[in-house]
Amino acid sequence: MGLKDLFKLKRSRKGLGVPPKEIISGEEISELWTQCKSCNTMIYNNDLKKNLMICPKCEHHFRISSYERIEQLIDAGTWEEVNCSIETDDPLKFHDLKSYADRVEAAKKTSGTTEAIITGTAKIKGYDFALGVMEFSFLGGSMGSVVGERIARLCEIAIENKFPLVLVSSSGGARMHEGLFSLMQMAKTSSSLAKLRDNNLLFISLLADPTYGGVSASFATLGDIIIAEPKAKIGFAGPRVIEETIRQKLPKNFQTAEYLLEHGQLDMVVHRKDLKNKLAQLIKMHVQMPKPEFVETGN
Amino acid sequence: MSSNEKKMKKNSNFVLEFEKPLGSLLEKIDELEESNVEGCEDVIERLKKEFKELKERIYTNLQPHQRLQIARHPDRPYSLDYVKELGTNWIELHGDRSGSDDGAIVGGLLELTEGQTVVVVGNEKGRGIKEKQKRNFGMPQPWGYEKAMRLFKHAETFNLPIITLIDTPGAYPGLEAEAKGQSIAIARSIQLMSTLKVPIIAVITGEGGSGGALALGVANRVLMLEHSVYSVISPEGCAAILWRTREKSSEAATALRITAKELLDLGLIDEIITEPSGGAHKNYQSSATNIKESILRHLNQLKGFSLEELQEDRMKKFRHFGAFIG
Repeated sequence: MGLKDLFKLKRSRKGLGVPPKEIISGEEISELWTQCKSCNTMIYNNDLKKNLMICPKCEHHFRISSYERIEQLIDAGTWEEVNCSIETDDPLKFHDLKSYADRVEAAKKTSGTTEAIITGTAKIKGYDFALGVMEFSFLGGSMGSVVGERIARLCEIAIENKFPLVLVSSSGGARMHEGLFSLMQMAKTSSSLAKLRDNNLLFISLLADPTYGGVSASFATLGDIIIAEPKAKIGFAGPRVIEETIRQKLPKNFQTAEYLLEHGQLDMVVHRKDLKNKLAQLIKMHVQMPKPEFVETGN
Repeated sequence: MSSNEKKMKKNSNFVLEFEKPLGSLLEKIDELEESNVEGCEDVIERLKKEFKELKERIYTNLQPHQRLQIARHPDRPYSLDYVKELGTNWIELHGDRSGSDDGAIVGGLLELTEGQTVVVVGNEKGRGIKEKQKRNFGMPQPWGYEKAMRLFKHAETFNLPIITLIDTPGAYPGLEAEAKGQSIAIARSIQLMSTLKVPIIAVITGEGGSGGALALGVANRVLMLEHSVYSVISPEGCAAILWRTREKSSEAATALRITAKELLDLGLIDEIITEPSGGAHKNYQSSATNIKESILRHLNQLKGFSLEELQEDRMKKFRHFGAFIG
């Protein structure tokens, strides 16, 4: 260990107490503490996790990973993942500052998932359902061919088993690196959901922060019932693009879940703590009692 | 070089950068012809031949960003230009029946051939600054898609084929658009189109700008004009995000594969419609004739389909789009 490293160690040790604000402006402060982006409170990580990744002081909902979400929503031990073998291809051999292939490899490492959505079946308060959860840390939760295909297949599984479907969105939109293939996933997912509706199966769309672009303009807003988490940002175009286009300041609560509720685009804003109960209740209320079969009485 | 071309050159102030060598050659020829100097016929002949070859070379080797320039050419024919040429008895229908009539989307009834009525729904960019403002430069608002959906349903009720003409930079990114549910409007239009029980043919005539274009693009047959483009994001937008500068938009245009030829090779569109030499704006009529020929041929192919089969055909088509391993 060199002299420089010694000093480094000292500095980082300092951070273990309640560190001064200048040092903690980054995202990952330490393994023990996280700073709330909304109210700047330092929260002990264990407390944050116990509180479903909600700030205990200001109720800010942190973004959570797909597996954390799944764990929060389903009955323990009921998860059966499907579509895992469908993996990313690179149909355009896309290359910007980095190659798409490299970006995908890096995304797999940082997110710990195989793509920007995880799909499966599970139980919620005893009710069977199909569940897809987007992973924002995988290339901004962008929708490419794999996301589209996994959703389409999940719809088919739901139809086959007569399960209701819940999709949790968190995405910047369509994935540029797959070009028009990505755009076509908007049509693929939307038409798969039309088939689900033809089968009278419930689709609940849950919008988490953020839901934008090609995802919000396809399956995410096609729910029979649409729910959003408090303060989640949801929209078609990003706020910067809109400001540049219309050259005026946007209202403070613009594109928040609450704004969308006010404008008739959502059914409800539900606190993360109440989500499981609410989803289970909604599913329960849509499970129809089997219709009495028509019996031919003859003459 | 036809007199038509000379006229276009004189009328149009919009000469694209890559067309400039053609323009200067044309000027030389004009000068020589007007000078009436004896003995220069040979030179004129040679220059004319050179002009023809150069033109051929330029237009067969266009780079994606150059095609994009043609697709965005201010003289390019728009939907209201095409409906005049595609058939007879164009009757425009207006309004979303809910308080608005978006000028960026036009629609109506058209007799394509005698006895063959179709519903046409298309983007309209508008010509001239006033008209462009009225049409919002072809960028629809949510109520534009409501208007489109109302017309799609009309077509289904009366068993009329639907023709969509797509030429939009994208759905409008505005404050009111968001407040009124731009995302939902696009999603619903996409979903509705996928379920309709009538033949649908979509023609990308200029810019196929992302979700705002797809909202009119879920069709049994998707056709593209030779110099049109179709993209998940504008090359400028893509460059700003991935290259962190809009200046790299020509690189982005290449990487995104936005041209008709590339998309046909990728299996994402069904056919390329040839444009008159130099682009559709050089000759509206001939461009419309090519479009009409293609539409009629595809409609004819779809004649044997039952209503259910038409829906199934479309759903299957879009179900299969995707490139993945496994």
